[in-house]
Amino acid sequence: MRRTNDVFIIGIAQTEIGELWDLSLRELGSSALREAMADANGLEPEAVFVGNMLAANTSRQANLASLINEHAGLAGKAEGFTVEAAEASGGAALYAAWNAIRSGMIDVAAVVGVEKTTDVVGAGIESRLLSTGIDSDFEALEGLTLTGQASLLLQRYLFENQVPREALAGFPMIAHSNGVNNPKAMFRKAIDEKTYMKGIGDPGGFSTFDLAPNADGAAALILVRGDRIPKDLKHNAVRLASSCYITDRLAIHDHRDPLFFEAAAVSTQKALLKAGIELAMVDLFEYSDNTTLHAVLSLEAAGFALRGEGWKLAGEGTLALQGTLPVATMGGHKARGFTLGASGVCQVVEACLQLRGEAGANQIPNARIAMTQSLAATASAAATQILSI
Amino acid sequence: MTKEVLSQAEKSKLLVPKVKVGIIGYGAYVPRYRLPAKEIARIWGSEGGFPVKEKAVAGLDEDVITMSIEAARNALKRAEISAQELRAVWVGSESHPYAVKPSGTVVAEAIGASNDIQSGDWEFACKAGTEAMVAAIAMVGSGMGDYALAIGMDTAQGKPGDALEFTAASGGAAYIIGPQRSALVNIEASYSFVSDTPDFWRREYQVYPEHGQRFTGEPAYFEHVGSSASTIMAETGLKASDFAYAVFHQPNAKFPQRIAESLGFINEQIAPGLLAPIIGNTYSGAALVGLTAVLDIAKEGDLILMTSYGSGAGSDSFILKVRKALKQRRGNALSTQDYINRRTEIDYATYLRYRGEIRMR
Repeated sequence: MRRTNDVFIIGIAQTEIGELWDLSLRELGSSALREAMADANGLEPEAVFVGNMLAANTSRQANLASLINEHAGLAGKAEGFTVEAAEASGGAALYAAWNAIRSGMIDVAAVVGVEKTTDVVGAGIESRLLSTGIDSDFEALEGLTLTGQASLLLQRYLFENQVPREALAGFPMIAHSNGVNNPKAMFRKAIDEKTYMKGIGDPGGFSTFDLAPNADGAAALILVRGDRIPKDLKHNAVRLASSCYITDRLAIHDHRDPLFFEAAAVSTQKALLKAGIELAMVDLFEYSDNTTLHAVLSLEAAGFALRGEGWKLAGEGTLALQGTLPVATMGGHKARGFTLGASGVCQVVEACLQLRGEAGANQIPNARIAMTQSLAATASAAATQILSI
Repeated sequence: MTKEVLSQAEKSKLLVPKVKVGIIGYGAYVPRYRLPAKEIARIWGSEGGFPVKEKAVAGLDEDVITMSIEAARNALKRAEISAQELRAVWVGSESHPYAVKPSGTVVAEAIGASNDIQSGDWEFACKAGTEAMVAAIAMVGSGMGDYALAIGMDTAQGKPGDALEFTAASGGAAYIIGPQRSALVNIEASYSFVSDTPDFWRREYQVYPEHGQRFTGEPAYFEHVGSSASTIMAETGLKASDFAYAVFHQPNAKFPQRIAESLGFINEQIAPGLLAPIIGNTYSGAALVGLTAVLDIAKEGDLILMTSYGSGAGSDSFILKVRKALKQRRGNALSTQDYINRRTEIDYATYLRYRGEIRMR
């Protein structure tokens, strides 16, 4: 039964994802927002929540809501905010929009995830910019980067759980296989285990294919309260059954267990509880596979696998489109491209495509409940959503 | 074809001078020292394959001026003219020894040119040499002078440890442009495609250039070289198969091969002029020295396409047609292959010494 403060996603849009040299923040953000409004029968949002991580550093641009709203034709009409939570910015922005509608203050809200990584090139992206999401004083200044941190954790994970190195190949293989049919994806080529193994540099460390490529791109959603769904909407409205955002300790050395994503676990449990569903009911999971370590630990944190056993799921076929828990159904961060602060919104757009039956060749039959989860750094924050049809 | 080109030129984008011009003489110079890519990888490691096999390195007593003099002397030998007949001496480079003080005047004096000349240095990243060549075509083509010398030469700087270090090499070539009656090769037309594309740069007081990594590929090299070459072919009505040879700017082995394939050229057409795998990227000299290797073997009547590329960015294309005189006069000077065969392998430490890279702290 629809309650008046139930939230629905009635408009979705995503730009192409990749190294989009010719497109700026304003073009990416506003074109996604305009397209989402068009998908929502032209309904204009009263408030726009922008998720972004790097703009102030890479493009020297803050105040993104004014920028994007102006170019989407909403100047003088809509409120606007930027929500920053490193790579979980998109998920956090969605949570803020969900809250605004649930509070009763707003009837129609938009979420725009936008990221422009290619305004800066070179090693500085990793060492100076992406590292702003970890602890600057106690991690970044010591020379640690996000990738370096995840690589060290992966080595520990492989050691503690006696994982055969090639067993992790399945995660990027599934993502790349799913990306083939996504016209917006950055990479549309399947990879095999041999390619994956060839990408391993230092023994025990990451393969090139364990790391999602940083990408430019934007995605947008139009959210409404249940009583504002247009009667003549040409597609199904997707119910945003719950959104739950939680922070954890910033530095990895302060985590109670560096190989357990506590924020992801807590936000999953709360999101399921709020939505009133059980984990086993989830038909697909758009998880954070910005590294294979993230993918594995997300599955364990959510409870899809026991501690130390998440790595087994890729090899068993569970996570493939035909499996019982399809993940990264349109390519995930690995193949679609990792749009950092926009990635959480990209995930929700893709989940909506599945629930609306518009996922094309990658359509999961009878998909009714989807879970999406975006993580900041090594799970120093997590935003989890349950969507249903 | 020239008549056709001329009539089209009136309404087309082609640059075709009023007075028909050609290449009267050409000369290559490649220094003898070679640094293999595996030697760089020994010090810095490498991510998979190498962009070139090895690169040419200028010796302790060499710079853009001395190497330009060598190439210019070779060009004069083939031109069979006196240096006194030159009306311009132009050097294009991104490694002129002086920031202020021309390389061209030193070269002119050394080769015995008169004082009644134009001289100056050109800068447009890797297409400074072909830009000088277009100016030389214009000078001779307008009737302002009979002969103009255009040189593209570099001792390119690659930051130690940067991807560019594998390719940044030394070398180049000199071309004397003159009236078509005494030419080795007719210059049928040229065309330039230019845009503001910041893919690679070096600011004043910086020692090494910076680059936009993958941005140097698709939006930069491929966009400009592709537009320049396809426009000159479309405007002259020529297809890839009409050419005996094609030479493209060659920052590595892969880029010129890929653009050639996309334009419809086959390996046999580009292999003779593709020197980057064995001498590296000679920047302003790259397309020009590649062309010298082609001229060393081309036959009368052969059509040649040369397309340069300079970051920042622009691309010059030339359509050349070989004349009978080429065969008679090319033996007047050392061939490009002679320079390539003159090879002394050096290790990384010697390379650092020769390039003045050693600084203690």
